[in-house]
Amino acid sequence: MEIKDIQQEIIEEFAFFDDWMQRYEHMISIGKTMPLIEEKNKTEDFLIQGCQSKVWVYPELKDGKIIFTADSDAIITKGIVAILLRVFSNQTPEDILKADTIFIDEIGLKEHLSPTRANGLVSMIKQLKMYALAYKSQQN
Amino acid sequence: METGIKHISFDVEKIRKDFPILKRMVNGYPLVYLDNAATSQKPQVVIDALVDYYSNYNANIHRGVHSLSQEATNAYEQSRAKIQKHFNIKNAHEVIFTSGTTHGINIVASGFSEFLKPGDELLVSAMEHHSNIVPWQMLCEHTGAVLKVIPMNQEGELEMLEFVSLLSNKTKLVFVNHISNALGTINPIEEIIEKAHKVGAVVLIDGAQACSHLKPDLQALNVDFYVTSAHKMCGPTGVGMLYGKEEWLTKLPPYQGGGEMIKEVTFEKTSFAGLPHKFEAGTPNIADGIAFGVAIDYLNAIGFEKIAAYENQILEYATKRLLEIEGLKIYGTAKNKTSVISFNIGEIHPYDIGTIVDKLGVAVRTGHHCAQPIMDFYKIPGTVRASFAFYNTFQEIDTLINALQKAKQMLT
Ligand SMILES: Cc1ncc(COP(=O)(O)O)c(C=O)c1O
Repeated sequence: MEIKDIQQEIIEEFAFFDDWMQRYEHMISIGKTMPLIEEKNKTEDFLIQGCQSKVWVYPELKDGKIIFTADSDAIITKGIVAILLRVFSNQTPEDILKADTIFIDEIGLKEHLSPTRANGLVSMIKQLKMYALAYKSQQN
Repeated sequence: METGIKHISFDVEKIRKDFPILKRMVNGYPLVYLDNAATSQKPQVVIDALVDYYSNYNANIHRGVHSLSQEATNAYEQSRAKIQKHFNIKNAHEVIFTSGTTHGINIVASGFSEFLKPGDELLVSAMEHHSNIVPWQMLCEHTGAVLKVIPMNQEGELEMLEFVSLLSNKTKLVFVNHISNALGTINPIEEIIEKAHKVGAVVLIDGAQACSHLKPDLQALNVDFYVTSAHKMCGPTGVGMLYGKEEWLTKLPPYQGGGEMIKEVTFEKTSFAGLPHKFEAGTPNIADGIAFGVAIDYLNAIGFEKIAAYENQILEYATKRLLEIEGLKIYGTAKNKTSVISFNIGEIHPYDIGTIVDKLGVAVRTGHHCAQPIMDFYKIPGTVRASFAFYNTFQEIDTLINALQKAKQMLT
């Protein structure tokens, strides 16, 4: 699926809930289905800075697409990362670089988008895009 | 502090009316502000003092002969006198206005580089804020002095026997917080000061957390340096106090050069002004300095005995209610503590709890609270910290408990 379509799918899923509590519960349950990073890759190198909770993201290039695996020690953060991976994993570096993230706003998680928030959704997105950029420049 | 004083005359609803922010809604709920150890809220009188200064007598101080400058200088110096009286300080010139606790510690730490040599020892406690660790580490790097740590026990109390055995004639400086921001422990600073003085060491007490809860008598304590921040005691941000004994402030070199702090300047040599101006280079934070004095008046009008007695009841009630939550563990269970409670619930990450309770209008702090060594000691990534002020209510504690129950249910 294309990034845009996945985002649309997530927006529709979240539209189903009418209060924040249900949205958070849904996000937490998405977190439980996240493709987990292997323990051996949970190193400093793959730790994302600027988060109050620990977040590891590990990229791998397979058939021209980046497969991300990740984990976090906080459940809400894990849910957020899982949503990001649903959108960004298994996509080409070009598509990842092109993608916007306004869907986060639309699913009612706007507060996590604040660049000063300690859980650093912004730094996570930046990191995913950095990996995409690195793979893209390798390919060229 | 005394406990067990029940039903004191304390009209918290009346007091809450002094704080405009407490009427706020957050995420659709009435704000329950339990992050007072990070910064306190401000009463209207303090806000008014700031507006009054800028609206009616804004002028640079100590320099002008015109009326506005005189008025502003008077108000600023009156504020210094209020601080002097409040802390029972011998001389007004022993009160140095700073930008806050961190600034005060840095003035002292940087000044001491002249007096230390390799092998000298500095003692710090295991429960310090980073502000009271890092400047001293920098000092050690410059001078070759060695930093030693006074350990604490599981309850979060300093090991006083260990402290005594660390003291020797090599000990030059001891710096400890009066109250721990992460644990709420009230440290036995009287004893620390007395024992340190016996070996000739100089003592600095970090009072950032203490001055909203109690009223230290600095002459009685016989402490060499005491630092605090106005913003934790209902005053504005960006201003604080460094108290130093005259003898030490005279010896210490100035921290910054500039206007205000000189007697005479030629290109060959500058002679420095006397105290307190030697440490107050440049145009100071006039408005906030004045409002600091107003905050002190406000707290004294309520009375520190009443504040302490009420906050103790709040602490007792909150501790009891929190412990009703299954799996909740409190970090910092010293016999002598203030209304700060650090805790975790089971294996739930503090960040998750903070996020959910915020959605319910409850403001708590999560993380390591700028005291990573404490977190390492307990082998945890951080805690949730609820810190209470005299304007918090018993109902707010119930709201906190309900929010935590909700969070726990969602997160397990
Ligand atoms: C014990 C302690 N020391 C020092 C500080 C630093 O104070 P400021 O940031 O006002 O300089 C704090 C503030 O949290 C504190 O709690």
